[in-house]
Amino acid sequence: METELKNKVQKGLVITIRDLYKSFGDNHVLQGINLDVFSKENVVVLGRSGTGKSVLIKIVCGLLKPDKGLVNVLGNEVDHLKDKQLRELRQKVGFSFQNSALYDSMTVRENLAFPLVRNAKHLSRQEIKKEIESVLDDVGLLQTINQMPSELSGGQRKRIGIARTLILRPQIMLYDEPTSGLDPITSIEINNLINLVRQKFNTTSIIITHDLTCAKSTGDKIAMLYDGKFIKQGTFDEVFSENDERIQNFYKYNFIK
Amino acid sequence: MNFKTSEKILITKKADLFFAGLYSAFQFIIRFFKEAFVPPYEFKEIIKQCYEVGYKSLGLITLTGFITGLVFTKQSRPSLSEFGAQSWLPSLVAIAIIRALAPLVTALICAGKVGSNIGAELGSMKVTEQIDAMEVSAVNPFKYLVVSRVLATTLMMPLLMCYTGCVAMLGAFLNVHLNELTSFISFFEAAFDKISFLDIFSSLIKSIAYGFTIGIVGCYKGFNATNGTEGVGKAANASVVLSMFLIFIEEILIVQLTNSIR
Ligand SMILES: Nc1ncnc2c1ncn2[C@@H]1O[C@H](COP(=O)(O)OP(=O)(O)OP(=O)(O)O)[C@@H](O)[C@H]1O
Ligand SMILES: [Mg+2]
Repeated sequence: METELKNKVQKGLVITIRDLYKSFGDNHVLQGINLDVFSKENVVVLGRSGTGKSVLIKIVCGLLKPDKGLVNVLGNEVDHLKDKQLRELRQKVGFSFQNSALYDSMTVRENLAFPLVRNAKHLSRQEIKKEIESVLDDVGLLQTINQMPSELSGGQRKRIGIARTLILRPQIMLYDEPTSGLDPITSIEINNLINLVRQKFNTTSIIITHDLTCAKSTGDKIAMLYDGKFIKQGTFDEVFSENDERIQNFYKYNFIK
Repeated sequence: MNFKTSEKILITKKADLFFAGLYSAFQFIIRFFKEAFVPPYEFKEIIKQCYEVGYKSLGLITLTGFITGLVFTKQSRPSLSEFGAQSWLPSLVAIAIIRALAPLVTALICAGKVGSNIGAELGSMKVTEQIDAMEVSAVNPFKYLVVSRVLATTLMMPLLMCYTGCVAMLGAFLNVHLNELTSFISFFEAAFDKISFLDIFSSLIKSIAYGFTIGIVGCYKGFNATNGTEGVGKAANASVVLSMFLIFIEEILIVQLTNSIR
């Protein structure tokens, strides 16, 4: 397996997850997850509410510790890193939260400046200002720059959240339900944004969702999470042509309602 | 702080939880000292917090300090006059205010106002994942949120205590002046006659300890808040209750210590 892994790294393997287990007390959330994510790939993780999708990517960025298993991100074993190394890795990994998690005591501008001034110390005031404006322009929300998060709509908050992670120019983006709770048109805008981000910044992404439109338009590879395991991985058509009841149900309910 | 409570029960479940909590609180304090003195420093945030702690409690402290001084003097007069010892009033009041009242009143007011504020603010940041968001954007939330707040309360509390002491003495003076027509100068001469350096010094030490307690308890409770909005309320509440409790414990300890030196 060592050599197999090495070969894959040369082919541009960015995230490797092997045999990952995570429980909270008696709640066995993840039970043997395996996943490979290659450079510039968009991987979509599909699954019902409460299956542990958020837990999975929180482990990838080191917010939660796995009980067992290997999580390798850009050549680093995440749960063995020291604080300082973890912080270095996190400059390269962006995480957009399910609930956006904007700092609500700060304006949009300060929200974006917050990670930037602390991580890119060489930048001048002018450059920081330019950077903030350019990334806000990318998400199409330049006009909100002086507003407080409480004055924004849900979709706008999502996009500001994405902008805040983009500002460090990460190599990897982790999106936690970028389109949940949004109307279809705003969802499509977000999907387009995710694709734009990949094109423009060459990012590798893991996208968590239960929205099939989002999965179809952004994912190169779909992984279906069920009972703590991936029951199927492949392209959208591959996954949903499977004659598995668990997958077909997911498909049916998504489009019937 | 992530401490893992082991599945096996060692003493009783409650005692286990208590000791696990104590251990994690201890780790929290250790972490504060580790991170407070290593760069990068969040100067801007520290100054902002000093402003929040100091300036914003000033109104309340002025009022309570003044009333404390005034009322204490008024209530002490009858028992002194029984012995015909009103002339001791200024020094009695000064000792009470400087040794005990000023540090305690300031600390209790701040525990209520500042401690609950810190607990609620950090608690809501915790449950809405804003602290996690700082963490993943490669910023150290402990340094930004905890160190700055604890330093601010620790630095501001002695200053506020001095201020409370002055205001309370003014309140006392007002009462004495109205009743005995004592002049400003003779009142304060009499008042400070019995005050030693040790009194002032121990009060300063006290208020530094109280300030640290208020800050660290508020941050600890906020940083470890769980269970959504309910947890925020609990964090705010627990910050106040626990810091007040600890303040009285510290009061006893420091008084014992200074009395043994005196
Ligand atoms: N910090 C935690 N402590 C205890 N249990 C947790 C914690 N985080 C998650 N869980 C549990 O793990 C399970 C999976 O949670 P998770 O948030 O990953 O679900 P999800 O797949 O993201 O769902 P959704 O689509 O609703 O966001 C849930 O049962 C939850 O109760
Ligand atoms: Mg989730």
